[in-house]
Amino acid sequence: MTATGRLMAPVTARRGRSIGSVLRATGPAGMISVAVIVAATLAAIFGPLLAPFPPNLPNLSLAWVGPGGGHLLGFDYQGRDVFSRLLVGARSSMLGPLAVVAISVTAGSVLAIIAAWRRGPADAAIGAGLDILFAFPGILLAVLAAAVFGAGLTAAALALSIAYMPYVARVLRGAALKERSQPYVAALEVQGAKATVICLRHLIPNIAPLIVAQATILFGYAMVDLAAISFLGLGVQPPTANWGVMISENQTGIPQGYPLPALSAGLCIVAVVIAVNVLGERLFDQAQAVRR
Amino acid sequence: MLVASLLIASFVIFAAVYLAPGNPIAALSGGRSLPPSSIAVLEHRYHLDQPFLAQYWYWLSDALHGNLGLSITLRENVSTLIAQRVWTTAGLVLYASLLICVIGIGLGLLSGLRPGRLDTSTLVVTAVSAAIPAFVAAIVLILVFAVQLGWFPALGNGTSLVDNIRHLTLPAVALAISSLAIVARVTRASVREEGEREHVQTAVSRGIPGRQLIQRHILRNAAIPITTVTGITIASLIAVAAVVETAFSLNGLGAYLVQAAESKDLAVVQGISLVLVTAFVVVNVVVDVLYAALDPRVTLGGNR
Amino acid sequence: MTVPEPAPGGMLLEVEGLTVRLTVEGARRPVLRDVSFAMRPGEALGLVGESGSGKSMTARAIDRLLPRGAEVEGKILFDGRPVGSQSGQSLRRYRSEVAMIFQDPRAHINPVRRIGDFMTEALRTTGGVPVREASRRAVDMLGQVGIEDGERRLHQYPHELSGGLLQRVMIATALLTKPRLLLADEPTTALDVTTQAEVMAILDELRREFGLAMLFITHDLELAAAICDRTAVMYAGQIVEIRSSALLHDDPLHPYTAALAAARPDVTQTAHRLHAIPGRPLSAFEAPADECAFAARCDWAQDACRAAAPPVAELDGGLSRCVRAYSLRGQLAVEPAREGTDA
Repeated sequence: MTATGRLMAPVTARRGRSIGSVLRATGPAGMISVAVIVAATLAAIFGPLLAPFPPNLPNLSLAWVGPGGGHLLGFDYQGRDVFSRLLVGARSSMLGPLAVVAISVTAGSVLAIIAAWRRGPADAAIGAGLDILFAFPGILLAVLAAAVFGAGLTAAALALSIAYMPYVARVLRGAALKERSQPYVAALEVQGAKATVICLRHLIPNIAPLIVAQATILFGYAMVDLAAISFLGLGVQPPTANWGVMISENQTGIPQGYPLPALSAGLCIVAVVIAVNVLGERLFDQAQAVRR
Repeated sequence: MLVASLLIASFVIFAAVYLAPGNPIAALSGGRSLPPSSIAVLEHRYHLDQPFLAQYWYWLSDALHGNLGLSITLRENVSTLIAQRVWTTAGLVLYASLLICVIGIGLGLLSGLRPGRLDTSTLVVTAVSAAIPAFVAAIVLILVFAVQLGWFPALGNGTSLVDNIRHLTLPAVALAISSLAIVARVTRASVREEGEREHVQTAVSRGIPGRQLIQRHILRNAAIPITTVTGITIASLIAVAAVVETAFSLNGLGAYLVQAAESKDLAVVQGISLVLVTAFVVVNVVVDVLYAALDPRVTLGGNR
Repeated sequence: MTVPEPAPGGMLLEVEGLTVRLTVEGARRPVLRDVSFAMRPGEALGLVGESGSGKSMTARAIDRLLPRGAEVEGKILFDGRPVGSQSGQSLRRYRSEVAMIFQDPRAHINPVRRIGDFMTEALRTTGGVPVREASRRAVDMLGQVGIEDGERRLHQYPHELSGGLLQRVMIATALLTKPRLLLADEPTTALDVTTQAEVMAILDELRREFGLAMLFITHDLELAAAICDRTAVMYAGQIVEIRSSALLHDDPLHPYTAALAAARPDVTQTAHRLHAIPGRPLSAFEAPADECAFAARCDWAQDACRAAAPPVAELDGGLSRCVRAYSLRGQLAVEPAREGTDA
């Protein structure tokens, strides 16, 4: 790249890429993953409308009955239609991770960019604060939160957001530091552009692909952790439908020979997490490739 | 640095419980109403009449002496209760770590060094396993190996040492499966990346034979990221063990922590949190030390 | 040190019709097209070109360092023996006779092992030399490249040495196996100017002392001409001119060479503006196969240049891949403008 080329912000070359072309570049595996994620999102939004049977109506006489008569996946331990519960459960199962990702990525990005931009004492202070958070694994913090504030999705989601923030911040700080030392940033500073303007209009768009890739991968982790917490009984509370809760509720069916309810809930989780991992990995590769 | 982390973590744990809504006296008395003299006695004994920092100090010094308070529900020493369960958790985590190191790294090395069919099938398998949360793996394993095949017991701890190991096998596999996949992928990627590096080209251009090339230049260098990721993954097992213990009805620290959180037995929650966080921080410090030992460019305590 | 016996026919290295294709993003693309040249023992040949011209690839092809899946056509003969068909023991022996030094020493030396390990590795493994003897030779050679406290350096790690020192270590290491051909791939590009001069001096002196042949790769025409007996110029994966260095600047045979020489700002002259070559350099896979690759940017281009790929013309002891080589003879050197007074 010529010297003048380095002075021009690289984002001008990238603005032409639409979401469509980015997604298409992820290959067939990427496209399938997007389809799975879209399906789960649609279920999350329209689940209660699409469910063929009432998801919360117990009927113990029908407990553990297998598939048949329009009930695609049979009944759960309380005689409720499993398929309907899966559809309705998509909402809490997807919403929780979404909130976790939104909070931790936003907070993490802001902290990372401030630390990378200011460097010096601000960077050290933020680094020290995040170091403390590194000591707490996500699930542990969520259990602690449940003990203190009572079980529930809000407490668990907030706890996970706090626990994830340092990881996001560390990755993004590295990328932001590299971007900040690019010649075009110095050129902009010399021209008198304000720090916030440079960050918002130039720095962030250039590390945006990395942020998106991180967020996607993080969604998978959040989904697994939140489902685990709900499985433990400390997250979403029954009778609300939730994939993690459904596994724990219907666990007793397995030794009795009725694995379908628990397994189908597990399959939903695994499918979405695989899709998100595959997509995230491909987006990450793209983000790295553009930087070279 | 290690001590500072632990100190602050313990502070956070204590503060979180301190801020919990609810009246500690009510918790201690089990909801019964007590005469004021009894309340005063309880307040004095549990230092509830002291300022926040003093309470923190009492708790911490007690903890360092091994006294973590009393469980409200079981009315026993928390330390005793922890000691009874710590070996289950430790055994589970160690068993899973062994699986991760041997199978995860082994698979990663094989597929990294030999491109071909083994490599592509490993990629697919690990992509799927990495997405399987421990509790989903747990129910599948119970279904297949305990209920249908009857090879391993489904629940409980077992009696003798050998029986313990038998009982811990399915839980360890459930705990290890997704981490194993991640470690295998990272190992493979590191080995591949290292193989493309310029210094390997230099060695090739000087006629260094293949085996030495792999050992001294590829593996030795790839060991750095591999060790770091494996270490962090093992550290994360400490928290996820709670989920597996619950699924398999093992009486380990994690399962007990969850029960205590549900029943608001706060002393137990504090005590176990402290133990688990300490273990987590210690493992992370060990990883940092190993990293510095393997990479001569890095000094301990240097900037990241 | 005595100059080794020349092979029958006299040529140490012969490259004939070397064409290399790589798979880039799923497509087979040529990176080298019909490259031919020869080197005598003890001769220094400069290989000059811009990025994408294929100069590094040529060295890698000679040293058998091409990426996996590369398609190679043509012949490379070292001492009369074909290089491409060697393997195992004979390949290792070839590698001890041909040494390569690289552009970025920090990337090319294993960061987790000590300098001593790096330097003595080839001697210990393929040469069967015991450790103590190998270390002694290494310290000796470090002294030759101007590093006096060799013993101490052997125990250090690469990150403790500066770029210039590392490059000297790389040169010393390359010479340890007593090679007969040295491939130097832009050895000074990554260094600052003063260090460049030192390293070049060491390289030149040692080359003459050990009687090595050297293929010196650079983008700097003047640098190559300064220390090499002959210079070859590459463009778009082909050699467009080979000329004795003394004549290259004043009497180039190919328009591209003339343009390169004119484009370099000269401290001793006053010029109105820099002669830049319009357009940008083409890589081999972008170049059209049935016309002159440089025609689009050439000041002297005519219709004949776009009609067919230009043949190689031999004149005045040199080579030129230009249709108009004979007619342009003597006209290509640029006269510097002499307007205005010196500052």
